[in-house]
Amino acid sequence: MSNPLLEIKNLKTSFRIGEEYYAAVDDVSLTVNENEVLAIVGESGSGKSALAFSVMGLHNRAKIEGEILFKGNDIANLPPKKLNKIRGKELSMIFQDPLTALNPLMEVGRQIDEVLFLHNSKLPKAKRKEYIVELLERVEIPRPEHVYNQFPHELSGGMRQRVIIAIAIANQPELLIADEPTTALDVTIQAQILDLIRELKNDLNSGVILITHDLGVVAEMADRVAVMYAGQIVEVADVDMLFNNPQHPYTRSLLSSIPLLEDEQDRLHVIHGIVPSLKNLPREGCRFSARMPWIDDDVHEEHPELHEISPGHFVRCTCYKHFYFPEENKEDQSHDITQS
Amino acid sequence: MTLLKVEDLKVYFPVRGGVFNRKIGDIKAVDGVSFDIEPGETYGLVGESGSGKTTTGKAVMGLNNVTEGKIYYDGELLNADKKGQKVDIRKDIQMIFQDPYSSLNPRKRVLDIVAEPLRNYEKMSKKEEKETVQRLLSRVGLGPESMVKYPHEFSGGQRQRIGVARAIALKPKLIIMDEPVSALDVSVQAQVLNFMQEIQKELNLTYLFISHDLGVVKHMCDRIGIMYNGRFVEEGLKEDIFNDPQHIYTKRLVAAIPDIDPRNRKENIDFRERVKDEYSNSYYDYFNEEGLAYQLKPITDTHRVALPEKG
Repeated sequence: MSNPLLEIKNLKTSFRIGEEYYAAVDDVSLTVNENEVLAIVGESGSGKSALAFSVMGLHNRAKIEGEILFKGNDIANLPPKKLNKIRGKELSMIFQDPLTALNPLMEVGRQIDEVLFLHNSKLPKAKRKEYIVELLERVEIPRPEHVYNQFPHELSGGMRQRVIIAIAIANQPELLIADEPTTALDVTIQAQILDLIRELKNDLNSGVILITHDLGVVAEMADRVAVMYAGQIVEVADVDMLFNNPQHPYTRSLLSSIPLLEDEQDRLHVIHGIVPSLKNLPREGCRFSARMPWIDDDVHEEHPELHEISPGHFVRCTCYKHFYFPEENKEDQSHDITQS
Repeated sequence: MTLLKVEDLKVYFPVRGGVFNRKIGDIKAVDGVSFDIEPGETYGLVGESGSGKTTTGKAVMGLNNVTEGKIYYDGELLNADKKGQKVDIRKDIQMIFQDPYSSLNPRKRVLDIVAEPLRNYEKMSKKEEKETVQRLLSRVGLGPESMVKYPHEFSGGQRQRIGVARAIALKPKLIIMDEPVSALDVSVQAQVLNFMQEIQKELNLTYLFISHDLGVVKHMCDRIGIMYNGRFVEEGLKEDIFNDPQHIYTKRLVAAIPDIDPRNRKENIDFRERVKDEYSNSYYDYFNEEGLAYQLKPITDTHRVALPEKG
């Protein structure tokens, strides 16, 4: 078996608040293989974007511990000069917000040219332009020659997002990180963009890390899914397994809190309490325990670990065996659950 | 008795240019929209960005100038544009905004934010005001200590609930919600949606629910209108729209919703491909030369679709 494309080992990314460092990504290990879409799911504050930024080396003042092995080489804490040799080339990222990720004062064509030029400076200008027009065509931008000379504000949100994708794939990356690539877009455009990413993955045989909070997108795109809560991975599984046989209480709660198209639900499940802030993260014991106060304290592990419950399916802590939703257990009246 | 009746609403924004910054054209943001909302129901307005759904909501709220058309609230004409006359009615219509981060003044305490509508319309002593605000906040699940806090001290879901407390302060009958949960995480979204359904029952509210998220719309709404380019393409009961979409645009919209079951992935991709082909092949059967939808024609008692004259 070949090496995985990306192997993250015990990554810990901490930010300083006041005098102390707090870990937003806390001991995360993950792998991404070629031609695989790994989805990272979680709510805001779960550390999923902090994880992606760590891989890309985009954190300015964070403390990064652990290893990030990209094709076998550790790229964690690599100086920018060295990182820039692979960043934008073998390793690239689609940013979330098409409104702010583009330079408003620069034509679209030149912005794509920038990343191309940096890594292929020998290519003559005319050739690069030819290639950029091809790229724009590929992301299904109509009239690419015209768009080449346009400014971002002249394009719609969907078009801008496609330009950002064009920039990200300009050098045919081996690993593409897509941070909420469709959150700002309408559903029909979302479907097109997802098709596009899927196509690219198949054409270039790349690995993709898809970061999203939209479980529908995950179900449509991912091969494997990692669920993050409070800086930790709480469950990893194949996409079919995760949706049809979710185990961790957080995964189950998330899945039952979205309105489904097929079934009528009277009420949506509400996860008790709020996502803890970085400073107030419970660092010991099961981090999700505060969100399910009706579950006995002694079902949690003291130092929750990921357990492989079937091949490739990992769940953190042992509390999943005892978890039930408060509304489904009528006979257990001992615990009074007051809604927050 | 219809609570809100919108008749042939048109909202045009002038495009200026040329030598003396003259008006050289119009952007037809809303172009002939009619719908009714019955008391107690939740009416969903769906469309992509630029379809005119927010402009429609704002026109009802009185935040946009209406170019043409009539808006009746409880039988009374709203856009008769005489100042003062509509003040009492305006109390009955409130709005909840999309972004709980920008719709609350960061320099005001929660007490002042929620009390603002009360100060405008009701004469209350400081003590009464405080009690009312406290009651409103507890109604939305926030403690009395939050009165002296500032918006930044709250999470997104809590902020949206402060927005709700402000909206219900004057005991309105109709609430316009413009993408009320789009900026929130799924678990918080569930909390806010549940909560809105609860207060709807309790206070007997009517909702105009504007959203682009069809899953949320299906969960919340009784009837739905689909907008495209400033016009309605289809209107009907929730069941009509989701189980029996007639207009090609509605079909495409419904097909584009991500499916939560990964086992259907292949089917969905194929289905979407088929609908996409159908959309491009039959585009001119459903839209006129300018790319606008036709007038709505009833096909059942509840279901209206924009189809050309010949049928």
